[in-house]
Parts: sequence; structure tokens; C-alpha cells
Amino acid sequence: MSGGTRLENANPVVFQRSGERLLTASEEDEDVHDPIDDREIFDLIRSINDPEHPLSLEELNVVEQVRVKVNDAESTVEVEFTPTIPHCSMATLIGLSVKVKLLRSLPDRFKIDVHITPGTHASEEAVNKQLADKERVAAALENSSLLEVVNQCLSTRSI
Amino acid sequence: MAADGAALLSLVEEFVSGLQDSKAKDAATGVRDGQFTILQLVEALGLSLTSSQPHTRARGVQLLSEVLQDCYGNLTEREVEVLIAFYENRLKDHFVITPHVLNGLRALTKSTVLPPGSAVSMLRSLFQDIPVQSLKMEERSYVYNMLISLMESREAELKGLGADFVFGFVQSMDGERDPRNLLLAFQIANNIIRRSYDLGTFTEELFEVTSCYFPIDFTPPPNDPHGITKEELIQALRAVLTGTPKFAEFLLPLIIEKLDSDVQSAKLDSLQTLTACVSQYEHKDLAEFLEGLWASLRREVFQTSSEKIESAGLTALTALTSCLSRSVLNSDSEDSLRTFLDLVLNDCKHHLCEPDLKLVWPSAKLLQAACSASTRASHIVTAAVMPSLIEQYSSRTQCSHRRTLLEVVQRFVQSVKISQSLENEESVFLAFSQPLCNMVFSALTESNSSLQITATSVLTSLAQQTGLLLDSDIELAVDHLTRLLLTEEDDRVSLAVVECAGALAQLYPAAFITKLIPRLKKEMFSEPMEQDNRREPSELHSHNAVRQRCLSALAAVSKQPSVVLESTPVLLEVLSSAHTGSASFSVEEVVLACRSLQRIAEQVQDTEKTGRCFHDIIIPRLLSLALQAALQGEGSSGCRSPLVEEVVLSAMVPVISTSCSRLQPTLAGQTASRAVSLFLDGDVSFLPDNSFPSHIQLLKQGDSWSQSQMVCLLMGCMCSLPCSVEVPQVDQLLSQLEEMSCTCSHPLSYTAAAKCFAGLVNKRPLGDSLDSLIQRTMKRVCSELDCTTSAVRTQAFTLLIWVAKALLLRYHPLSTALTDKLFSLLDDAELGATAANGFSLLMSDSVDVLNRSYHADVRIMYRQRFFSENSAKLVQGFNAAPQEKKPNYLKALSNIVNKLPKQVQVTELPALLSLLLEALSCPDQGVQLSTLSCLEPVLIDPPLALIQQLEALVSRLIALICSPAMNVRIASLRCIHALSRFPVHEILPFRARVLQALAPPLDDRKRLVRSEAVQARGEWFLVGSPGGR
Repeated sequence: MSGGTRLENANPVVFQRSGERLLTASEEDEDVHDPIDDREIFDLIRSINDPEHPLSLEELNVVEQVRVKVNDAESTVEVEFTPTIPHCSMATLIGLSVKVKLLRSLPDRFKIDVHITPGTHASEEAVNKQLADKERVAAALENSSLLEVVNQCLSTRSI
Repeated sequence: MAADGAALLSLVEEFVSGLQDSKAKDAATGVRDGQFTILQLVEALGLSLTSSQPHTRARGVQLLSEVLQDCYGNLTEREVEVLIAFYENRLKDHFVITPHVLNGLRALTKSTVLPPGSAVSMLRSLFQDIPVQSLKMEERSYVYNMLISLMESREAELKGLGADFVFGFVQSMDGERDPRNLLLAFQIANNIIRRSYDLGTFTEELFEVTSCYFPIDFTPPPNDPHGITKEELIQALRAVLTGTPKFAEFLLPLIIEKLDSDVQSAKLDSLQTLTACVSQYEHKDLAEFLEGLWASLRREVFQTSSEKIESAGLTALTALTSCLSRSVLNSDSEDSLRTFLDLVLNDCKHHLCEPDLKLVWPSAKLLQAACSASTRASHIVTAAVMPSLIEQYSSRTQCSHRRTLLEVVQRFVQSVKISQSLENEESVFLAFSQPLCNMVFSALTESNSSLQITATSVLTSLAQQTGLLLDSDIELAVDHLTRLLLTEEDDRVSLAVVECAGALAQLYPAAFITKLIPRLKKEMFSEPMEQDNRREPSELHSHNAVRQRCLSALAAVSKQPSVVLESTPVLLEVLSSAHTGSASFSVEEVVLACRSLQRIAEQVQDTEKTGRCFHDIIIPRLLSLALQAALQGEGSSGCRSPLVEEVVLSAMVPVISTSCSRLQPTLAGQTASRAVSLFLDGDVSFLPDNSFPSHIQLLKQGDSWSQSQMVCLLMGCMCSLPCSVEVPQVDQLLSQLEEMSCTCSHPLSYTAAAKCFAGLVNKRPLGDSLDSLIQRTMKRVCSELDCTTSAVRTQAFTLLIWVAKALLLRYHPLSTALTDKLFSLLDDAELGATAANGFSLLMSDSVDVLNRSYHADVRIMYRQRFFSENSAKLVQGFNAAPQEKKPNYLKALSNIVNKLPKQVQVTELPALLSLLLEALSCPDQGVQLSTLSCLEPVLIDPPLALIQQLEALVSRLIALICSPAMNVRIASLRCIHALSRFPVHEILPFRARVLQALAPPLDDRKRLVRSEAVQARGEWFLVGSPGGR
């Protein structure tokens, strides 16, 4: 982050992180099948880094567990995310990061739908349309500077 | 002489005209050996030195200079004077001669008989005649080396040159580019500053000529031929720039400017330089830059992107504040510390009022950094901040806000602790002690668990401030802690409460003795729901949980001897009423009571009083209770005493061994002789509640396991004694233990007997009696093992492995015979797998015997030694073994390698790699798992041999992803994850294959496997991708 640039939202509200998922006895049992559930999907995306702040999407409340819906049997995932301010210029990039993370982390049987929480962004429709368009997502990932930013959001934070 | 003269002439001739460089060495040797003098050499050179051809003159001077390099020590003062005059004159000569002239002068400056004044004249002509930066790199280094030697030997003369010297140096180094020379130049500049040479009007010039390299940006060439690191250059330059307050007016603006940079390393270097320089400065040096510095520091911490820069920024702020705190106030000057802190407070304080926004933490950190700088600073900051924090806390209602505020308060209390550690004055927080206590106590009564946890740690920090808490506050605190212990269900809260109670009891034992311990005792011994005989299971459960918390709290508070004397009787009472059945304690509670006793024995101060408490009261009581329980008999598990249970006995052992190992050796000796007379002679006179029969023979109990297993208590006592304590009747003891371990059929009994035997053998002095003892035992063990029909083969094996371990640890020469026997058992049909697992026991630290804290004779690096002596045998055995026995060898190998220190693993890996890869494809899951777990740590910093075998490794790991065992799948995914950290160019060819192989486990039926797969796949996607690695 350069010293001179101003952030759009320099002092955002910070939310508490949820703890690690508690390990249950059935998860350690070889014979039990663990279905993919909302919390598991949320755990995939909550640690994605914000493009601007050294904070995770969970800490900025951009993603919440209640806005994640998964149906393991029908192989569908639906994620809603909430930009911190209605004019956030990073909304598309955040949506793209979430989508890419899910594409890399879920079996390919899943249909993945990522969109903005209704009524929380000025150009909601345009962003949703971009994120839903497979070809545009693929094209965006061909762009190496865009891929670089997405990868930075997805890399585990180094200290 | 004439012959020498001719030889010299021919040498000169061959060097000058024949261009044979080696002749310089011969000439130097000649001069050193006294064959000819320097004067003769100069005479012989006469013609070449006066030749009209510059190149001939150059050769001549070169010869002279190279000879001088070797012989400058032999010169007389007169010779030096003449030579210097000659060389000074040659400086004006043709440019091809200059390098050799400088080389000669460099040699002469090292001479110890340099005539007075010559240094000055030499430098004057040098600075006047030579444009240093137009020379080659090596020749420039001659100049710097000359300056360095002269500064060492002729400091006074150089200082006589005044500012001219500095000016000359500035001119010579201006534009230097080579890192090797820069290191020399920085050293000279540093000398100039530290040895207070007169900078005159050239302060700014000297600063400019060095500061233009700041911040250092240097990457050594790939093969790093000169071994110069960036860090070396940074440190050398930093020493120059921060060396004198005279640079302040130039350096501080530079730092402010460089902090604006986008380059992380430049920011870091600037912050560290700032921290270093202010330690030399006074407040007047800083005054005009404070605003600018503060603005930059604030920006770095508010908008930081890396923790390194943030912490460097905070350190710089602390250094800056403590510099200002050192300033002596004049009546007319303003208080610069207050002015600066006003700036800080002005920008940060209001953020503390927004506990849910991001900037609350950076602001708090900045204020704390300033606060920790000095007592004065902490007074100013806390006076400004604490009232508003306290007010905020009472006006906010949301728990998360309150928690943040409380955490901020805690960090303040802690930051002040750092600054006050040396002074013994009253706490900065004295003025706020009541509101702070009220705040903590109100948080402790909240229902939010994280608020309670934070409150306990604030309480701990407050208690550590001297004289802050009043006795009434402590009593109130103890009441709150007791209430939480008895009522709070959340594990994290009770853990925090127990920890806080422990810290407070260390400082204020009295309140805990009078209030907490009696209350806990009452609570533990009260039966739940006495009015109703049918207890609800959930209530019973909560009563158990209360008891468990009470037991661990009793252990935590027992650090001071006075508390121990009160708390241990309560724990003993738990054990005795569990035995008599007067209060219903479950087996787990009894075990916990033993653990608490053990913890107390570990943490209590070793005094006469506590020693007597353990050796005269607790240990006899434990032995007596265990013996009573054992004599009552085994019965069915419902009606027998909980004290005959294996878990309870095993928990009692460490109580005895910890107290014997660390409390009062003379008393431990007394305990030892009592224990021996109890076990050998049935002497029960020292036990309390003495109503035992007179003929007890605890070591000769073939059939009563409840009595024979008591040998583990004997083990706890005997195997933990300090070496100074003599073991009584040791030979008889050893023979009875051997007999028991080879004949008894109860696993706990024969294992404990074998361990006790091994523990004693480990400490026996070297000599014939020990050797014959070992040989006798060995013979007996081997005869049992060799007889395949013997009923006690397992017993014999157990004794073998423990004795082998005891001897291996102390490097006893006979240990090889025993370990060889172990290796041969790998082929055994019945004991092969057990033997393979036995190697894990051999290589790991055991908790109850044979470890250093129990004074066992453990030599350093015994594992490496064992490995290097035996790895070849293993490989050989593996190759010779029949197919169905091979897994045993692989398992033994991975058990051994697993326990080796990482450095050894890395060096030994190349030799074993093929075997380990074989082990990965071995169908036995145990072998797979243990091999994977020994590979994983090695993969973090992979040796070259591993990288060469990458193909084999990757394909075997990928095959294991589909293993039916979940643990194997997880371990192999972790290894694949670790592979992603290998050098990118090595693993890039495998990227597509690995990503494809990692797709199926994303849909694994087990969540744990999926999450490992997700992590590994995420990292592999980043390999070779922009923004990744």
C-alpha cells in the first residue's frame, strides 16, 4: 500500500472473527459421511484478504455465514456478499475472489452463484451480471494483472 | 656480494623488460632473507625508474611496491622517509604509474616507523594530485585502506589536518559504486564521526556523500563471490548516519522523505534508522521535525500492510518519546515532550471512543508505545486517556465494545509495567485504581464469556502493579473468582479464572488461604441434591465439573509454601474419602486430585517446610492408602476402592517421583529407604493409620495383582532420586525386581518392575558388578526369548527393551548386545511387530522413568549415535528379510528416523530415501502413516536429495490420497501441501498433475480430508501464477 494514496474507506467497522470450527467426534470417525454444510463453505471464504485493508472479508463483515447457502445433494452453492460502502469500487474484485476461491476448493459438480446482497451496492446488477457470466470470469482470469490481485487476496497472509 | 648484485640486476631485468610477474616474489624473498637491501634494489632499478617510457617506469615502480608489500616491517625510519618522498613525487607522474604508486604508499602506511609529518604530507599530495573516482575499483580500495591504516596509527596528525582531511575524504569517496569499497568508505566515515575529527564546514558534505546511498538497495550477484550482504551495508551506513547529532537537521528530513516510499524495505530501514539515531539526539535536534515525523509514523501504523513495519514504527515512536523524555527542561524553553504527546493524543485519542472501528487498535498501539517510553510519558498519556476509557466503558452497552475497551486498558496497564520495571515508585494508575477495579468487577459479573476472560487478564495485570490494589480489592477479587469457579460452565472462562487465581495467589496468599480454599473444600465435599435421592444426570454432571475445576484451582493457587500447607490436606482428604467411600468421588476426580498434587510438587518452592510436607505427610499417606486399597482385594470393579485402578496408580507415580526428584534430597533419601524397607521387608511402621498385617511381601505376589502392581509406586520413588542419594539394599532389590518382571503375569506389574529395574541400572556406577548383573539378566532374557513355547516371552521382551534403553542412554558398551537382540527379533513370527514398535519406545523420551528431570544418566545425542551405528544393520536386515517380514523393518526404520532431530534427518535422508519411498508403497497403513509423519517436517526445508527424487515422491504421495484410511489421506495431503513450498522451477512441471489429483479429495466423505485438500490445492494454484509464488 503506497503512503500517498487515500483509501475510500480508511476507518471501517471491524467485526469479530468466529473461532475455528469445533471438531466433533463424528468427524474423526472413519465410517460417518460428513456432508458439505454452510459453515464449511463459509470457512472457505471467510479468510480471503480484503484488497485494501490488512483485514479478512469476515472481519469487514463482507461475508457472513447466514448469507451462505449450500445444498450438497443438489450440488448448488449460493453466496451473498455485502460491500462495506455502497460505492465500493472493489465490489467486482471481491466477488471475483470469492468465486475463484470456491471454484478452486469445491468439487466440479457444484454450481456456484456469487452475488451482492440485494440493496447494498449502487451498481449491483452490473456486478452480478459480470460475476454470473462464465466467459467473463474466465476472461478476467486470463488478465495477468487481475489474476495477480485475486491471488494476493487468496494467499495465506504472511507476516 | 657481487654475485648477489648480478642476481638482483637480472631479477629486475626479467621483471621490468621480461614481464615475468613471479620475479617480484623472488625479489621480496631476497630482501626479507637479507640477501640484498631495499637500497640495493632501488639502485638496481635506477634505470627503469628514470626511463623515458612510462610503461617501463610503471614496471619499475610496480616491482618496488610489490616488494614493499612483503617487507614494510623491515624498513628503517630513514628509508621510509626517502621512499615516501619518492612516491609522493611519483603521484604527479603518468597515469599508468599511479596504481603502483598507491600500492606502494599503502604498504608504507602500515610501517610502524612512519616519520612524523609524513602522513600529513602524503595525504596532502594524494588529495591534491589524484582524482580517486577515476581510478579502477582495486586502486580505489588502496586509497581507502591507506586512510584506514593512517587513522589507526596517526590519529593526532590527521586531526591536525583539520577539516581538510574530511574534505579530502569526501572528494575521494564521492561517486563510489562498488559495495566492497563502500564498506571501507563507511568505516572511514564512521571513524571520522566517532573519533570526533573536526568536520569544520563540511558536515553537510560528509552527510550528503554518505546519505545518497540511503536506503541501501543491493542484491549480491548470484554466486555471491565477495560475501557482502545487504544487511552488512545497511548496518555500516546506519552507523555513519546515526553517529552524530550534527547530522540531525539533514537526516530527519531524509527519513521523512523515504518513509513516503512505496518500497517496504526502504520504509523498514528508515524506521530502524530513526530508532537508532534518536538515542544520540537531544530534544532541540528533533524540535522542528516532530510534526513531520509524527505524521509519517501515524500513517505507517494506521495504514500498515505488514506487521514488521508496524512494529518498527511503534519501536521508533517509543525511542522518539524516550529521547524527548530525557531532555532537561529550561525555564524559558517549552516542554517538548508535552508538545509531542499532545500531537499524538490529539490524533489518536478520539479513535479510542469508536471501539468497533478499525483504527481503535492502531491508535491504542501508538499511545501505548508512547506510554511505555518513560514514567513521565506514561503519566501524561494515562492521565489523558484513562478517564475517557473508563467513562466509555460505563456508557457503552454492547459486550463487544466493552471487551475492546477492556483489552485496550489491559494493554495500557501492561505497557506501563515495562517502563516501570526498574523503578520502585508507586503505580501510575493509583489515581484510577477504584474506577479500574469497579470496571473489572463489573465485567466479571457479565454473562459474556469473552468479556469475563479479558477481565481476568486485566485483573492479573493490575495485581502486578505494586501497591495498586488494596486488601479489600483483593478480597473482592477472590470472591468474584470463587463465584466464577463454582458457577461458570464455559471451559475457556474457568481456565482463565484458574490462571488468574494462580497469579494472584502468588502475590497475595493470605486472602486465598482464608477465603478460597475453605470454600472450595466445602463445595467439593457437599453431596449434590441430598434432599432427593434420584439425581438428574445433568446436575450430577455439573457437580462433577465443579469438582474438577476446584481441583485444578487448588493446584493453581499453590505456589507459596503457606498456601501449599493448606491446599494439600484438602487433596489428600479427597483421596482418602474416595477410598473409604465416605464421599462419592469418581475415578476421574481421584486422578485429577493426584494430578493437582503433582502440579504442586512441580511448581512449589523447594524449602524445608514444603519438603517435609511432601516427604513426611503426602508420600506416606499415598502409600498407606494404596496399600489399604490393595489389601482389600480386587473384587469386582463396582465395589473395590478406586485406588486400585491402574489410572489412579499411574497418576500417583508422578506425585512421588516429582517430589523425590526436586524437593530436599536428604528427605528424599529418607523416603527411599522407607520405601525399600516397605517393599523388601514389609516394614509398615512409617505409614499412618497403621493397622496392616505384619507379613506383607509386595514383590513376591504371584497371583494378587492388586498388591503386585504397587511396584509402580516403588518405581516412582527409586527412579527419580538425585544421584547423590544412595539406594539401600540395592542388590536384593534388583534381583527381586528381575524375578518379578520375568515371572509376573499382570502387565502393569511386570512392566513397572522392568522399568524400575532399568531405572536403577541406568544410575548404577560403572564396574564389574554392573557388567555381571547385565550379563546375568541378558542370559535369562535370551533363554526365555529363544524358547518359542515359553509363556513369558512378552515379559522377557519388556525387560529386554527397558534395559536396552537404560544402557543406550548412558552409552554403556553392553547396550549393543541388547539392541542387536532387538534387531534379530524383527524376524520373529510372534514378536516381530512388537519389536518394530519397540524402537519407538527406545528413541522417545519416557515420562515416568529414564529422563533428565528424574536425574537419569542421559547422554546428549544418543539418538544420533544409535542411528549412525545401526542404520546399516537395518538396511541389511531389510534386504535379507523374507517379503512378509519387510514391513517390520520399514516400521522400525520409520520409528527411529521419526525421533531424530531435524538436522540429522536432513543429512541422513539421502542414504535412506529409497527405503522411505519403498515404505510409502508398503501396504501396511501403520508404516505409511509413520513414514509420512517423518517426511513432513523434512519437506519444509527440503534437502537436495529429495528434490532429485521428486518424481518418485510425488507419484507415491498421489497414490496415497486414495488410501482407505483417513489418517493416511490427511497425512499425504499435508505432505503434498508442503511440496508446494519447494523451489518453483522444480515443482512447476508437476502443477497440472497435482491439481488434477487434488480434485477428487475435494469431494471426500470426511470433512477433515476435504479441508486439507482445499489448503493444498489453494497453494498449488498459486505456484507459478502471478501474485502467487
